[in-house]
Amino acid sequence: MTLIATESLTKTYGGGVTALADLTVAVEPGIIGLVGANGAGKSTLIKILLGLLAPTSGRVRVLGLDPTTDAAQVRTRVGYMPEHDALPPDLSAAELVTHLGRISGLPRTVARERASEALRHVGLYEERYRPVGGYSTGMKQRVKLAQALVHDPDLLLLDEPTNGLDPAGRDAMLALVHRIGTEFGISVLVCSHLLGEVERICDTLVAIDGGRLLRADHISAMTSATDVLAVEVSEGTDELAARLAALDLPVRRDGRLLLVELVDDATYDLILGAVAELDLPLHRLDQRRHRVAELFATREPSHA
Amino acid sequence: MPEPTGVIHDIGYQRYTGPRLGRRAVFGALYLHGLRTAFGLGRSAKAKIFPWLVVAIVSVVAAGITAVRSQVGETVMTYAQFADNMSWLVIFFVAVVAPELVSRDLRSGVLPLYFSRPLPRSDYPLAKLLALATALWLLLGGPQLLMFLGAAFTLGDGMRGVWNELLDLLPGLLYAGLWAVVFASVGLLVASLTGKRAFAAGGVVAVFLMTTPVVGTLSIMPSRTVNELAFLASPSTLVQGVGDWALGDLLPEGQGGILIGDFGPVYAVAAVLLVAGCVALLMLRYRKVAAR
Repeated sequence: MTLIATESLTKTYGGGVTALADLTVAVEPGIIGLVGANGAGKSTLIKILLGLLAPTSGRVRVLGLDPTTDAAQVRTRVGYMPEHDALPPDLSAAELVTHLGRISGLPRTVARERASEALRHVGLYEERYRPVGGYSTGMKQRVKLAQALVHDPDLLLLDEPTNGLDPAGRDAMLALVHRIGTEFGISVLVCSHLLGEVERICDTLVAIDGGRLLRADHISAMTSATDVLAVEVSEGTDELAARLAALDLPVRRDGRLLLVELVDDATYDLILGAVAELDLPLHRLDQRRHRVAELFATREPSHA
Repeated sequence: MPEPTGVIHDIGYQRYTGPRLGRRAVFGALYLHGLRTAFGLGRSAKAKIFPWLVVAIVSVVAAGITAVRSQVGETVMTYAQFADNMSWLVIFFVAVVAPELVSRDLRSGVLPLYFSRPLPRSDYPLAKLLALATALWLLLGGPQLLMFLGAAFTLGDGMRGVWNELLDLLPGLLYAGLWAVVFASVGLLVASLTGKRAFAAGGVVAVFLMTTPVVGTLSIMPSRTVNELAFLASPSTLVQGVGDWALGDLLPEGQGGILIGDFGPVYAVAAVLLVAGCVALLMLRYRKVAAR
């Protein structure tokens, strides 16, 4: 079953601002990363998927339903975590999530049980009885995730879930999202303007820019055969680059780094041999996953 | 060896396959939540102070009236008059509770969490409105019931007396309902315009109290028609005008009473239009808010 499908989806706001332009994309269940710069149309797309905004033209289907006509049915099966602050400070997390569970149609006792469960799954235990106003940003993000999870949706729409978190908090949130997508069996659409984050956890990547689709594909298809080795030497970077080029290795400069495409294990030996021959102080040599960012950046001449 | 008991297993995530309730149940949940919020139930102690202070005042007044009536035999206020005399307290109650119900949600940004759920966007303001109206009606009707119980069982006229008293009480409760509906719809509309609670409270008080001088000015104009229609200018006097027309002798005019002449039906229509207009604007307001 196709999870989300859009066809020539266009949204133009009253002032003539085009948020989405002729967007056609179809994704399968799993963890989907939706990336784009601020203002690329990510939030607009989410609101259309929820049936909160009507598209100007084009068609859209979520879980096989049309959110423009069956909004209530779609929203029963979808959980939404908004980007901005969305928690009343004087309610406790337990009360808020229980209440929102009931608004999703859960019976009273079920709502209470599932609220505790959802809060436990996101890692909130005793503190769930304290008012949300005293929570840290990380805890608030977790509460927002829990309320999206309380009614057991089939699809989660997460708008910038790592917003405002420190690096450790980001890692924890991404791990949590990954767990929801894999262990819980719930499909997740993660919005982010940070490609490096979502590419770590998602299986499908959809990139939009200015409301247009840049690319949508399985992450494996995007990153296969694009692993690179990053080489850094304290001095003589140019000489090394020349030597490696002479060895028929495709080399690119990235600041102080030399990026060498990793063909097989022999590449390591060739590089190490070249460094040793030139007697250069090797600072580091490590394999990095070719960042998907570079796929989208290829249009820019500096990377050509 | 006995089996170990009380072992906690992490059973992982459980999918939910049970029933999902429909619109009516969801509306009910939101309505009850609003009603509880109005009286500060399930909230911090600070949020309880004001609502219960008002409840205490109206109860004490009702108890006083009942005591005077059973001891001295003199009717200080009829049920409808009680509602009239408590109206200034109702204004303050609305000014505190209406922002609590809607401005708080606007400010904290919780609305996207509501509107991303299977809740029709008109149900949110309607449930809040109904909750506020119910709270106001309980605020006025509760003490009336207290007065009724006191009067019915101390006057000693037997069943006849209880029945007569009940016939007095019912119009009083209806009149309290009118106060509740008018004040709730006007107050909630004003409060829904801003996320700042202080502004919302000020706005509600302003709408109810600042319109009173307009009534005063109009009622001394040199035209009898203008004088008799003057009370349309403020929600409080509008309600009193309707009460004067519909309840007649149950709402005897004291000094400075409401003299509306033959314009009673005009007042009734105006009250209906006011409520309908406020509800329509409230819907429009939330249509806009929901799409944000």
